[in-house]
Amino acid sequence: MSPKTLYDKIWEAHVAHEAEDGTCLLYIDRHLVHEVTSPQAFEGLRMTGRTVRAPDKTIAVPDHNVPTTLDRANAATMTEDSRIQVEALDTNAKEFGIHYYPVSDVRQGIVHIVGPEQGWTLPGMTVVCGDSHTATHGAFGALAHGIGTSEVEHVLATQTLIQRKGKNMKVEITGKLRPGVTAKDITLSVIGETGTAGGTGYVIEYCGEAIRDLSMEGRMTVCNMAIEGGARAGLIAPDEKTYEYCMGRPHAPKGAQWEAALAWWKTLYSDDDAHWDKVVTLKGEDIAPVVTWGTSPEDVLPITATVPAASDFTGGKVEAAQRSLDYMGLTAGTPLTDVEIDTVFIGSCTNGRIEDLRAAAAILKGKKIKDGMRAMVVPGSGLVRAQAEEEGLADIFMEAGFEWRLAGCSMCLAMNPDQLAPGERCAATSNRNFEGRQGRGGRTHLMSPAMAAAAAVTGKLTDVREMMDLPA
Amino acid sequence: MNKFTTLSGIAAPMPLINIDTDMIIPKQFLKTIKRSGLGVNLFDEMRYDDDRNEIPEFVLNKPQYRDAQILVAGDNFGCGSSREHAPWAIADFGITCVIAPSYADIFYNNCFKNGILPIVLPQEQVDVLMKDAEKGANARIEIDLENQTITSSDSDVFTFEVDAFKKHCLMNGLDDIGLTMEKVASIDKYEAAASQSRPWV
Repeated sequence: MSPKTLYDKIWEAHVAHEAEDGTCLLYIDRHLVHEVTSPQAFEGLRMTGRTVRAPDKTIAVPDHNVPTTLDRANAATMTEDSRIQVEALDTNAKEFGIHYYPVSDVRQGIVHIVGPEQGWTLPGMTVVCGDSHTATHGAFGALAHGIGTSEVEHVLATQTLIQRKGKNMKVEITGKLRPGVTAKDITLSVIGETGTAGGTGYVIEYCGEAIRDLSMEGRMTVCNMAIEGGARAGLIAPDEKTYEYCMGRPHAPKGAQWEAALAWWKTLYSDDDAHWDKVVTLKGEDIAPVVTWGTSPEDVLPITATVPAASDFTGGKVEAAQRSLDYMGLTAGTPLTDVEIDTVFIGSCTNGRIEDLRAAAAILKGKKIKDGMRAMVVPGSGLVRAQAEEEGLADIFMEAGFEWRLAGCSMCLAMNPDQLAPGERCAATSNRNFEGRQGRGGRTHLMSPAMAAAAAVTGKLTDVREMMDLPA
Repeated sequence: MNKFTTLSGIAAPMPLINIDTDMIIPKQFLKTIKRSGLGVNLFDEMRYDDDRNEIPEFVLNKPQYRDAQILVAGDNFGCGSSREHAPWAIADFGITCVIAPSYADIFYNNCFKNGILPIVLPQEQVDVLMKDAEKGANARIEIDLENQTITSSDSDVFTFEVDAFKKHCLMNGLDDIGLTMEKVASIDKYEAAASQSRPWV
């Protein structure tokens, strides 16, 4: 047998039909659904008299629109159009008989955090959702990617997707990370290296010692932003950490089925001499805590750098960089650590898990945020929130001056009331710094939770290492 | 789905790289439960000021481009989210063809589900068409999907590649779900085998 990549293996295990021209029907094991990209798909089913083929493999949770304030049980906290979308999901979930975690359920949260938490996401699966950050689930060695609403309808009706196989790309992070450097810094640094289109047409497998050393939470952060590098999906081969994370989760297999699953999962790795269409290697020790300066996730620099000039770039990037600098209100040559911020957002499917909150709380313990700073923590799920409260993290955040919110996507995409006003500048642990992403005219700097916490204290973009007790 | 066969239309130039889905359709317009009516909000934050007045310098607000049916753009068009509201807004405005050196993958696929032809051309050829588009309403660009050609107003002819299956669906306005339903026996068979080999799924 010819050597295969992990992607090749998962792909081959899911081809339900292959046409002569190579177009395949790929079988989908898990379909995650949220309120924003699904109403038109369910409506399409109704109009054509179709049903959901595999309701037991379909899981819905409202996240994008939902308010995160403590009074959200009061319907008046939502705009009418948001309420209609959430109600549409309530109705569709009930009518089509799919698994559902409503806003009132403690398990509700961001779909990409709820899926793994509940054991829906398992190694070797195909996972799709009408959301580009579905790549998150690749951390389990699952082939997971975002789809559009027409494809949501297609999966609901047929449990398959029409697909052509992508190319294989290996991103290896060798060696150890330095203190203060996190999974977020890895994933941003990779995008800084490859550009936002560097992964287009590829499925990325992240590997190397620095990746293996990451927890499952960290691996999810890395895979989450595969899409920002242009790749539909990012993968990490499952290992003992993966199995341990999955074991005992509500929807993970038990008993003999667990043993059978485990036996298959242990075959899910890229063979030594597998073919890669593209290889990128970064040394873990070369990665620094980074921030973004512009309006594309590829606009990444170490926190110790200065704001670049448009003339530092070539081709179409010159104009794009100038536009970014104008939008961000930044002057070339300014040290990044001189850039003042007024808002801090800790949360999102990129960095809204327990480990992220621990990292931020470790910086904030015994400290206060800068006067006038607006800072919020939005846990990724109700269960993350409960755990953080149990561990005392919530108290640390609140004592520091952070708002302690309920779960949802919140200010990552600002579809709910959590938004930036024009000109406000935010240190955010989310995934996109596009123009207007967090609110019209709002300015976003992406970074790790620890870096965002440090910025909340100083009021500026800050090198978190200066606030850590590092070994000499 | 609307068929796409040939198109002769005005092309609007947007020579910016990384035009993302938040630019194409900002999130406040994703709160709809319909597919239609988003054209008025296409490129909303670039197109209107805070008081909802049109910004005259924005390309689609200029008189010569108000009826554009083609968009010529820079690298990595449509990057960002999976929101199909982006192609819905583009189609609802009346644009059914985008020409760029590259696209984000999910956006590219979403176009074909909505009667939009996204054409990939090398940068040099996009540059020629960008200049052509800058001439305004007098320069019509012609697209022939069957023969996979683009003809500029100066009669430059470029050929482009497109997946044969996607082309077939676009030319005939075919519904993917209907086509897949014809293969339901294969899905049944797969499902039965998988329930034995991977019963935990």
